[in-house]
Amino acid sequence: MEVPILKQGLYLIASIQAALSDLDLVHLRDALAEKVGKFRARGVIVDVTVLDVMDSFASRTLRDLAHMTRLRGAETVIVGIQPEVAFAMVQLGLTLEGVDTALDLEEGLAFLDKKTKRHPSRG
Amino acid sequence: MGDQRAKRNEDKGQGVSPTREMPPPDDVSTVSLLRELVAHLRKNRTQLREEWARRITAAKLLGAMSSEEMFAEATSVYDNYVEVLETGAVEALQAYARDLSERIIPRGVETDEVVGIVLLLRDVLARSLFAKYQTDFQLLNRILDAYEPAANRIANTVAVGFVQERERIIRQQQEAIRELSTPVLQVRERLLILPIIGVIDSQRARQLTEQLLRGIRTNRAKVVVIDITGVAAMDATVANHLVQTVEASRLLGATVIVTGLSPEIAQTLVTIGVDLGKMNTVGDLQGGIEEAERLLGYKVAPFSEISQQPI
Repeated sequence: MEVPILKQGLYLIASIQAALSDLDLVHLRDALAEKVGKFRARGVIVDVTVLDVMDSFASRTLRDLAHMTRLRGAETVIVGIQPEVAFAMVQLGLTLEGVDTALDLEEGLAFLDKKTKRHPSRG
Repeated sequence: MGDQRAKRNEDKGQGVSPTREMPPPDDVSTVSLLRELVAHLRKNRTQLREEWARRITAAKLLGAMSSEEMFAEATSVYDNYVEVLETGAVEALQAYARDLSERIIPRGVETDEVVGIVLLLRDVLARSLFAKYQTDFQLLNRILDAYEPAANRIANTVAVGFVQERERIIRQQQEAIRELSTPVLQVRERLLILPIIGVIDSQRARQLTEQLLRGIRTNRAKVVVIDITGVAAMDATVANHLVQTVEASRLLGATVIVTGLSPEIAQTLVTIGVDLGKMNTVGDLQGGIEEAERLLGYKVAPFSEISQQPI
């Protein structure tokens, strides 16, 4: 299932609508990495509110996604991880190190506003 | 082996031979025997009750009660006891046992005392039966056949009632402690504090984490201060759990500040090799809240200082 990617100002918002297969995740990663350049985005928000499972492949792909977009000039923030999912992930040792997280979409936008303002030299 | 068992059965048969030789007592005769028994116990109520109370005092049971109270309770237990022997219905006794337990548990009466007094009563009554029927051994046997199961059932009921009441109280208190022990409090917009007091075992740690993560979501918290001043020590499992809680909160977008680590806990954390880069720790709760306010962009200043500045 394809994840819609919405452009909102300087940010791209990928809102996951249903459980994703590994392949879907890889597609999402590649699509975002490409669109960051195309739209000259400064930030990316991945909304995972609907996911009730986050396995090692998913968290690694999200981490790669964050690192890839950073290399292409945009900060990524993962939003909407459910409390139960968060704790399960930590117990599995999947802590998304080096990746920013926020409570929900609103928080994610506020976070990106703050973060991109802090580096005015970029972009 | 088979021989032995046969022999044992034989021995057993001899032990109770007078009754076993006759056809087993049918219900009607048991009932009539019990009726006779009850009549005997009613007739000698005063004397048996006093004898029982004397034995309780001699055995130093129910020390927490005054002798008048003890005698009053003994009277109602005695009457209940006889009534159960008569009717065979233990419900009333069960209710009474529960009620009695409720009254005497807070006064420090122990399980062995309660079981002890019921067994004493059983003994006192059996002795009086021996004395009454000592001339007629067969009748005594039949009376005891009727009496013993009923008496055992009563002792059982009272003991179980007492233990159940005690367990109910323990469960209730555990519940109360569990609910009281993990408050997640909001002190400012988007700032939660979680003061932890007492011993943390892994069950409580898990519950704490659940409450905190849920609290972060419902209060939309950005910063959480976990204060563990009131925790004297924690083992490696719980310390690990604390670290996991910190990381899980980060996944929800909240920063956790841990305050009030005792030297022992600090040592535990160092021993299990926690990555201190992930843990944000401040000495005490005040420092933690100040740090949290800084993170949230609050500035707390005395009113006089603010009013001096031009607005």
